[in-house]
Amino acid sequence: MSVDTTTRTPATALPPPDLWHRVRHSDTSVAMLFLLPSLLGFVLFYLWPAIRGIWLSFTEFNLLRQTSSFIGLANYQELVGDPLFWHSMRVTLLYVVINISIQTVLALTIAVMMDRLTQSVVVRGIMVLPWLIPQVVVGLLWLWMLDPSLGIVNEFLRAIGIPAQPFLGSPDQVIPSLAGINIWRHTGYTALLLFAGLQTIPGDLYEAASVDGASEWKMFWRITMPLLRPVLALVLVITVVGSFQVFDVVHVATGGFGGTPGGPANASLVIYLYIFRQAFNFNNFGYAAAMATVLFLLLVGVAFIQMKLLRASQSDLA
Amino acid sequence: MSLASRTRSSSGTLPTSTGQRRRRPSPGRVAAWAVLIALIVVTLFPFAWILRTALSTNASLFTGEAGLLPPEPTLVNFRRVLGLATPEEIAAAGGSGVTFNFWLYLRNSLIVASLVTLGQVTFSAMAAYAFSRLHFPGRDALFYLFLSALMIPPVFILIPNFLFLNSLGLLDTFPAVVAPFFFMTPFTVFFLRQFFLGINTQVEEAAKLDGAGHVQLFTRIAVPIMAAPLSTAAILTFIQSWNEYMWPLVVGQDPSVRVLTVALSLFRAGSPQAAPDWTGLMTATFLAAVPIIVLFLVMGRRVVDGIQFSGVK
Repeated sequence: MSVDTTTRTPATALPPPDLWHRVRHSDTSVAMLFLLPSLLGFVLFYLWPAIRGIWLSFTEFNLLRQTSSFIGLANYQELVGDPLFWHSMRVTLLYVVINISIQTVLALTIAVMMDRLTQSVVVRGIMVLPWLIPQVVVGLLWLWMLDPSLGIVNEFLRAIGIPAQPFLGSPDQVIPSLAGINIWRHTGYTALLLFAGLQTIPGDLYEAASVDGASEWKMFWRITMPLLRPVLALVLVITVVGSFQVFDVVHVATGGFGGTPGGPANASLVIYLYIFRQAFNFNNFGYAAAMATVLFLLLVGVAFIQMKLLRASQSDLA
Repeated sequence: MSLASRTRSSSGTLPTSTGQRRRRPSPGRVAAWAVLIALIVVTLFPFAWILRTALSTNASLFTGEAGLLPPEPTLVNFRRVLGLATPEEIAAAGGSGVTFNFWLYLRNSLIVASLVTLGQVTFSAMAAYAFSRLHFPGRDALFYLFLSALMIPPVFILIPNFLFLNSLGLLDTFPAVVAPFFFMTPFTVFFLRQFFLGINTQVEEAAKLDGAGHVQLFTRIAVPIMAAPLSTAAILTFIQSWNEYMWPLVVGQDPSVRVLTVALSLFRAGSPQAAPDWTGLMTATFLAAVPIIVLFLVMGRRVVDGIQFSGVK
């Protein structure tokens, strides 16, 4: 693209370039200048905390005295024997499974429908709107709509003869309810990403198939699915990894008014919430860092396995 | 910009086959439209319901009336949340006594989101320019290092970042609330770099031959050419910053820097269990989403195209 200054500056350039001129034209020094702010932010708020996070997981941190003492693997040993940690992992996994399975099927359906029925940006805009508003707003909105006694959802259920459900107030229903809330919030966004992938499939494939008399169903399985696979794989990696990290909605919509987030009876204590609680309610920063480290490794593993299984980097469009 | 969404623009209406189906819609097509419309209704209904609740009185919520229009429409909740109601009105409307200083939190949210957007987009654009236009040793390694930070779960760096700002004595200040997002995010750098790589360098090469330095090339040529993607990145950054919850919850609970998301959550946490002030809460919740909805109504196409672009690349 750009050639190194030394070769580009003609030897005949009469006024010998002063220092400022050379600095302005040398790629490396300009790059340093351009990268300085982002590099500062990267080192201070990503790289250094990532290293410190791992270090913290081997320590016991005292917030008042600002000191940390090295305790080896004690935090990890505690974690292995902590039933609440395993409970929160199970709860999170249940949430991920419900959320991802329904969301992906729905999003794929919507994406195909948008692709085949309408290219309207208004429809796409409406679909993505729940993803754009604050998750706190989403959580409070559904806390109200799912209220056991006054919520509109129970009004609907009663109208079709189903008794009122406790939803977020019940240990059995809280995780499915949270997954349902997130499906409402996130499906349109996932559909939009898949729709963008569908747009890259050459239209004449459908044209040719349609001339040959192929049904929409057949075209979906023979053309759409194979060609969409790389995008679908990437979207799955993003949504699965993101889904493990659910926090905002759980933090505002569970525990009821004046209650502790994660309730009832820790039934919605997802892993983010448990880490958050250990760090900021109990000041166990070292222990929280150990759990966060385990989660980090787990998510890297999940992403890696998904990429392998779904052969995300290879396209069938040859 | 619209490249991603337009690559197959003509194929939505296939010349012959689809044209015929348009004239005589097949049952499958009608059913598909019905499903799509139902999904749109499900997507939009909660927005209508939150507004309906905001326009209701607390007392009327108990009547069990489920019509889309409030039984006794009133603006008293908006007046309450916006601080315009008299104490008598507040008591009559069933306010819980928990105050919600909407204007202050709105100001805080605007300050935080604006600062983050300004800093993050400017600095990320500079980095994106360096990564796409300049040659220097270790460029690609550094870029992939930046990119790898996309994998870091926010909660993992939340704790060290909190301890860091705490040790600087900056908790409950605006610098702390904006700091981790002010200089860059890996996503914005990546997003803008993809755009830089996609634009033609001819104009830049010409200007370079005329003796323009990289600073001039960036400010006079690259930024104007990139105006559309830069504004897309700015809108997405603003929305993301507006919606941020976990970080300000940890470092900025003090009212002087409390943003709307945190304020809403604390308002809920502080409401009495026996008689929650639903209409007040829903009014505040609705108002917290209004700036995003307005931004979206004005810039919708850009947002949608930007999201699609981020997915394909």
